[in-house]
Amino acid sequence: MAIEIKPLEQFTIERLVPLHPFGIDASFTNAALMMTIAAAAVCLLVIAGARAKALVPGRWQSIAEIGYEFIADMVETNAGHGGMAYFPFVFTLFMFILLGNLLGLVPYSFTFTSHIIVTFALAAVVFVGVTIIGFARHGLHFLSLFAPHGVPVALLVLLIPIELLSYFIRPFTLSIRLFANMLAGHTMLAIFAGFAASVPLFGILPLGVDVLLYFLELLVAVLQAYVFAILTCLYLRDALHLH
Amino acid sequence: MDLASAKMIGAGLACVALVGAGIGIGNVFASLITALARNPAAQVTPFAFLGFALAEATGLFGLAIAFLILFVF
Repeated sequence: MAIEIKPLEQFTIERLVPLHPFGIDASFTNAALMMTIAAAAVCLLVIAGARAKALVPGRWQSIAEIGYEFIADMVETNAGHGGMAYFPFVFTLFMFILLGNLLGLVPYSFTFTSHIIVTFALAAVVFVGVTIIGFARHGLHFLSLFAPHGVPVALLVLLIPIELLSYFIRPFTLSIRLFANMLAGHTMLAIFAGFAASVPLFGILPLGVDVLLYFLELLVAVLQAYVFAILTCLYLRDALHLH
Repeated sequence: MDLASAKMIGAGLACVALVGAGIGIGNVFASLITALARNPAAQVTPFAFLGFALAEATGLFGLAIAFLILFVF
C-alpha cells in the first residue's frame, strides 16, 4: 500500500469567484481570500484591542500593545532619527506577514506568503518606497550611498559596482527569503505527513517529527515576519542617513 | 543516466546547501552563549535570532530547489 505523496498540492491557487473584466483574469482566489482574512484579522485585533483603553490592559489590549511596542521599539532603534514617521508602514507590513504566516499554519488553510509573487510585490513596495524616500530627502546626494567616504579612487572602481549590485539585489533576497522559508517548511510538513500516512504501524514516528517541525514552523513564521520588518527598517536607515 | 535518477542526484546535491546553514546556525548560537556567559546583561538575543533567520534562509534556498526538482519538474 503506497500513498503517492504530493507535497506541493497545498500551494495550488483556485478560483473561488471567477471574474474576467476586460479579458483580464481578476478572479477572487483562495490566496485573495486568505489575504482578506489576514488584513481583517489585523484590523480587528488592533481596533478591538485599542477600544477598551484600560489602564490595566485585558488580554486583547495586551496583545495589541505588545505588538505595537515591539515594532515601535524596533523602528526607533534600527531606523534611526526620523524613522518613526514610517512606523505605520512597518507595523502594517509586519502584522500582515505575521498573520499570513500564522494563518497558513492552520490545517487546510492556504499560505499566501509561500507564493513568490506575493512576497516580491511586498519587497518591491519596500524597495521602491525606500529609493523614493532617499531621493526625496537627499536629492542626487543620495547616490553617495554607493560611494562611501574616504575610499581611494582606485578602490571606487571596484566598490561602486558591488554596492550597486547589493542595492538592487535587495528586493530579490528580501522576497526569496520569506518565500523559500514558507515553501520549504510547508513542503517538509506535508512530506512527513505523507510518510506517516503510508507507513502502517510506525507512522507514529514521522507524525512525532511532524509535531516537532510544526513548532519550528511556528518559530519561523514569527521570525521571518520579524526579519522582513527589521530589514525594512535597516533599508530605511540607509535612505534616511546614508551610512 | 535516465532522467529519474538524475533528478534524485540533483536533489541530493542541492541539499548540500544545508551544510552551510548548519554551520552558520551553530556559530550564531555558540556566539550567543559565549556573549551571554561573558556578560549576562548583554542585550544581544534579538540579534542572535536575526542571524539565525538569515543563516537558515540561505540553507532553505537549497532545500527549496531540491523540492522543486523532486516534485515540480
